[in-house]
Amino acid sequence: MATVQVSEAEKVYILHGIRDDLRVDGRGCEDYRHMETETDVVSNTDGSAKVTLGHTAVLVGIKAEIRKPRPMLPDEGYLEFFVDCSANATPEFEGRGGEELGTELSNTLYKVFNNKHSVDLKSLCISAGEHCWVLYVDVLLLQCDGNLYDAISIAIKAALFNTKIPRVHISTDDEGGKEIELSDDPFDCMRLNVENVPCIVTLCKVGHRHVVDATLQEKACSVASLIISVTHKGTVTCLRKVGGGSLDPESIFEMTEAGKRVGKALHTPLMNLLKQEESLGKTRQKVGFLG
Amino acid sequence: MAGLELLSDQGYRLDGRKATELRKVQARMGVFAQADGSAYLEQGNTKALAVVYGPHEMRGSRSRTLHDRAVINCQYSMATFSTAERKRRPHGDRKSTEMSLHLKQTFEAAVMTQLYPRSQIDIYVKILQSDGGNYSVCVNAATLAVIDAGIPMRDYVCACTVGFVDETPLADLCYAEESGGVSSLALALLPRGGQIALLQMDARLHQDHLETLIDAAMTACKGVSKVLDEVVRQHLQEVSVLTRE
Repeated sequence: MATVQVSEAEKVYILHGIRDDLRVDGRGCEDYRHMETETDVVSNTDGSAKVTLGHTAVLVGIKAEIRKPRPMLPDEGYLEFFVDCSANATPEFEGRGGEELGTELSNTLYKVFNNKHSVDLKSLCISAGEHCWVLYVDVLLLQCDGNLYDAISIAIKAALFNTKIPRVHISTDDEGGKEIELSDDPFDCMRLNVENVPCIVTLCKVGHRHVVDATLQEKACSVASLIISVTHKGTVTCLRKVGGGSLDPESIFEMTEAGKRVGKALHTPLMNLLKQEESLGKTRQKVGFLG
Repeated sequence: MAGLELLSDQGYRLDGRKATELRKVQARMGVFAQADGSAYLEQGNTKALAVVYGPHEMRGSRSRTLHDRAVINCQYSMATFSTAERKRRPHGDRKSTEMSLHLKQTFEAAVMTQLYPRSQIDIYVKILQSDGGNYSVCVNAATLAVIDAGIPMRDYVCACTVGFVDETPLADLCYAEESGGVSSLALALLPRGGQIALLQMDARLHQDHLETLIDAAMTACKGVSKVLDEVVRQHLQEVSVLTRE
């Protein structure tokens, strides 16, 4: 992640503030920064979303293609993730600099999203063993100000909600081979059910307390973080500890409880916003980066 | 290509424009707070984001420092979802490297690098959606980003891609026209002095038509420069209103 230099005095200041539940920008320990979400930003993708969380900006584009299903799971489609840490975020990511972070992020995303509990993969199957839909989820990191996992997971959920997959008809032609036809109507498409898609909450341990949505300065003061993916029911689907420091089991339980609380509270406003955007339909003013 | 006429008898192109008409340009400066300068520009369906960092100390190899001027470092990359068919690698392929070099050449002609010896200016351009004229949109977006970063330039750098069909030059090609076998020419211009920063054409064109094509390109670039100027003045007004209160 892009790093900032934080002096010892600043670290002490941040630590003391968090101890008293008052962070540098006035938030409480479990408050998120100002978040903006918008879908359908890139028109030649099947689904897209842009999320701004404080200064972190993430753009997700989803393209659906027809491929052979995986041999172990012939009646399911799958998702492929690719995270591009672009040089826009910081000059350190120029050339191949952002690959390491990108690989780490995409590996975690595979674990969290690419299973039948999060997304109904069976609905992505066209004909078992032969054709299925593969969703290529491409994440583009535009600005980096801490808390990448949260912003990316919200953007992925929004983009999946926005994804329109064309309906296909399978017909058998004269020689007995299968022909796939996409329906001619551009509005005849299938939508995904994103009820069970989890959101990731990152909790950073700073001093004796933990904070949600840490900025880069707060991250520089923390020794370890916990990444939890939580569904709308409060079920924890994935748990991972990152960072060089160590956590004792007590704090892990505490942080998991806090993560569940915070994560559960994320889903409702997000779904409300997405449904509201959807209901505006064609009359919605697309802002994108121009606003 | 039955039915797909690049220029109809009435003089209309595939998307309904006339031969000398540019696509709609919409732009915004100061999109990202963390970068020194940033801009977003849309030209029709092609969308580009440009970000500038600098001038700052040389990163990486100190040996490439120039004692009398700044080094301009450009990177051109495309989002994997920007093209109709998903692109596997955002940058690093030959086309992107070539584009990066072209951008570097273009901006070395315009930016007053002698004011910043021994330093580096980074210009990163990202194409979010690609519908033809990638290079031109990049240059236009990068101009705005450099202005947003407060780096002095000799003049605006405006670029346009033009093509030649049926004895008529077409300004600002879209993807369908570019891939339709049109001889295309990309031109980057410094409008006030009429200086050409970059000229590239890789198709067959009769020598007699070259002058008409370059003239059409220069007119189109001057049109773009008016739009960019408007955007910069508007941005300046907005920013000064905010800081005045």
